[in-house]
Amino acid sequence: MLEIKNLHAGIDGKDILKGINLTINKGEVHAIMGPNGSGKSTLAKVLAGHPQYQVTAGEVLYKGKNLLELAPHERALEGVFMAFQYPIEVPGVSNAQFLRLAYNEKQKHLGKDELDPLEFKDLLKERAKVVEMDASFMTRSVNEGFSGGEKKRNEILQMAVLEPQLGVLDETDSGLDIDALRVVAGGVNQLRTPENAIIVVTHYQRLLNYIVPDFVHVLANGRIAREGGKELALELEEKGYDWIRAEQNGSGVSAIAK
Amino acid sequence: MVSQIVKSEPNYQAAFRSLRDTAEAPAWVQLVRDTAMDRFELLGFPSIESEDWKYTNLASWAKTNFKPATRELSFASDPVKTPVFAETTQSQLVVVNGFLREDLSSKDALDQIVAVDLFSAIGDARYGKIVREYLARNANYHDSGMVALNTAFLSSGLFILLPRNVELAQPIHVLYVADGLRDDEVNFPRLLIVAEENSSASLIETFISTGDAPHFTDAVAEIVLNDGARLEHYRVQREGSNSLHIGKTAAELGKGSNYDSTAINLGARLSRHDVSVVLDHEGAECRVDGLYIVSSDQHADTHSVIDHKQPHCISHQLYKGILDGNGRAVFNGIIFVREGAQKTDAIQTNKNLLLSDRARVDTKPQLEIYADDVKCAHGAAVGQINEDELFYLTTRGIEPSVGRNLLTYGFAEEVIGKIKVDSIRTAVDEAVLRQLKTVLIS
Repeated sequence: MLEIKNLHAGIDGKDILKGINLTINKGEVHAIMGPNGSGKSTLAKVLAGHPQYQVTAGEVLYKGKNLLELAPHERALEGVFMAFQYPIEVPGVSNAQFLRLAYNEKQKHLGKDELDPLEFKDLLKERAKVVEMDASFMTRSVNEGFSGGEKKRNEILQMAVLEPQLGVLDETDSGLDIDALRVVAGGVNQLRTPENAIIVVTHYQRLLNYIVPDFVHVLANGRIAREGGKELALELEEKGYDWIRAEQNGSGVSAIAK
Repeated sequence: MVSQIVKSEPNYQAAFRSLRDTAEAPAWVQLVRDTAMDRFELLGFPSIESEDWKYTNLASWAKTNFKPATRELSFASDPVKTPVFAETTQSQLVVVNGFLREDLSSKDALDQIVAVDLFSAIGDARYGKIVREYLARNANYHDSGMVALNTAFLSSGLFILLPRNVELAQPIHVLYVADGLRDDEVNFPRLLIVAEENSSASLIETFISTGDAPHFTDAVAEIVLNDGARLEHYRVQREGSNSLHIGKTAAELGKGSNYDSTAINLGARLSRHDVSVVLDHEGAECRVDGLYIVSSDQHADTHSVIDHKQPHCISHQLYKGILDGNGRAVFNGIIFVREGAQKTDAIQTNKNLLLSDRARVDTKPQLEIYADDVKCAHGAAVGQINEDELFYLTTRGIEPSVGRNLLTYGFAEEVIGKIKVDSIRTAVDEAVLRQLKTVLIS
């Protein structure tokens, strides 16, 4: 589904990703872990098409097509969804309006029928159960005045409505207490299917107790430093990230020495 | 300050003489009209030399030979008999070219209140005294050429009296229709509304034109709220694209009264709205909000004066502006807190959204405080579409152009969302969306 080859990217002329290689098949959940500044959020933003990040080398193939050529809204229409680490507040636009517009754009793109406000209300009510959100959130402005946990739940609600093929969760666990984490993770698990893939970007192993990954990739200094199964996350929880960085530096030194 | 006078064209004088001969009035009204005409002669159209008109140039309009319009619309115009809002089917007053047209109005839901021709009320034994007390009291024609001109041409208009303790359920809709099919006509809408003690009502003023011919509306509304009275006031200006719209709204608030107003400014080529609220008695409260949307070749100017004269009064003000193309807007707001007006709570905010590099807004919120125990704040902001918000929308599959419109609509919604009468809110929503050339996404 997704093939990332030798991806280099940065912001304001500063290199952050220095050659990422990653292959993700449908039905898989991949965790991207790493210390602060390792580039994991940058990877999520580059996949979503954030205009401030520049790709300087490499390629990203999504369903065999060049993802990097697509504008952010085209990526979304093709089934890519990023849950934001810091969801944006959109004053004056109600959650229901926003979600219906997004949903109908997608329906249009797929050549399917658009839903009128009443039909959409029913769909929204159904999907809101996934993250245990009550109806009052639908008439409120998007994320405005929402608590941290409510914002993250709202992200997963959007994912539930838009049913992406590739979901990228950018530090969805940050700022969540344990109850909210359980709800959000439970929501994500309900959205897992054999047909879609999910990338979970996280600093901590905690979220991965709830969303169990098939693969764990550890980023350090813009490269994948370690890869493994879910047990790698537990190892990181125990040992921290320093040993990975030390290992990476060590191998770097020995490479130069050779 | 030196103020350059743009001399009025002789046709105003000729028209005034002819009005004087035809619309006979009691001596005191004649005196008011004569004095007002003298003031207009002296003041003329405002000039950009005056600080209050620095950014709004009427020079070319001052030279136009406007003739006062008659009470009849052009033959081709719609007779405007259909009520506009579901809530006002039995409470719509139609004012054509400044003349109250009973034949086009529906007053069935207004039997608890008085809603009559202002000029006739002057001569009516029941209302003459109260009209005399309040007419031209809050809209000062001594300092304003435009208010003076309106006052000089007083010959119809609308008088509304809300009797003591009456709580009117239906909103009152005053629909001002300007003939927009005949070139270079001027009309002078005039409203006086007096709310007696503890009365309450909602009032909608809508200004429209029947076409896009160049014309001039010079409107004045005076609002008097006696003790404990409440008025919810919506003023929606949607005149034709070649009109000059000059409006004055002057409110005087009694003890414990509440004035809640929203001015929506969408139409006209050049519009100027002066709103003044005097909080002259303890415990008066007002909300004075507004929204102006200007497209290319439009210019909208709002001047607001909120005068806290007594303690324990509240005024909250939020004006928002959306500017596109080479549109221009001006917001100038001043809050006075007079000596002794302790415990005043006053907030004034003006926010503008520029959708184009060529749009321009001049904003100047001001506070003048002469009391020491007050809570006052003011601020202004001018910005563009927030790129982070736009990116967020696009990551959900929304095209950037649609996303921009959605964010613009959201910006306006902070003002529109507070409109309490459903069908006005919907109508304003639709008008805003039409102006933004986008679709309604309920």
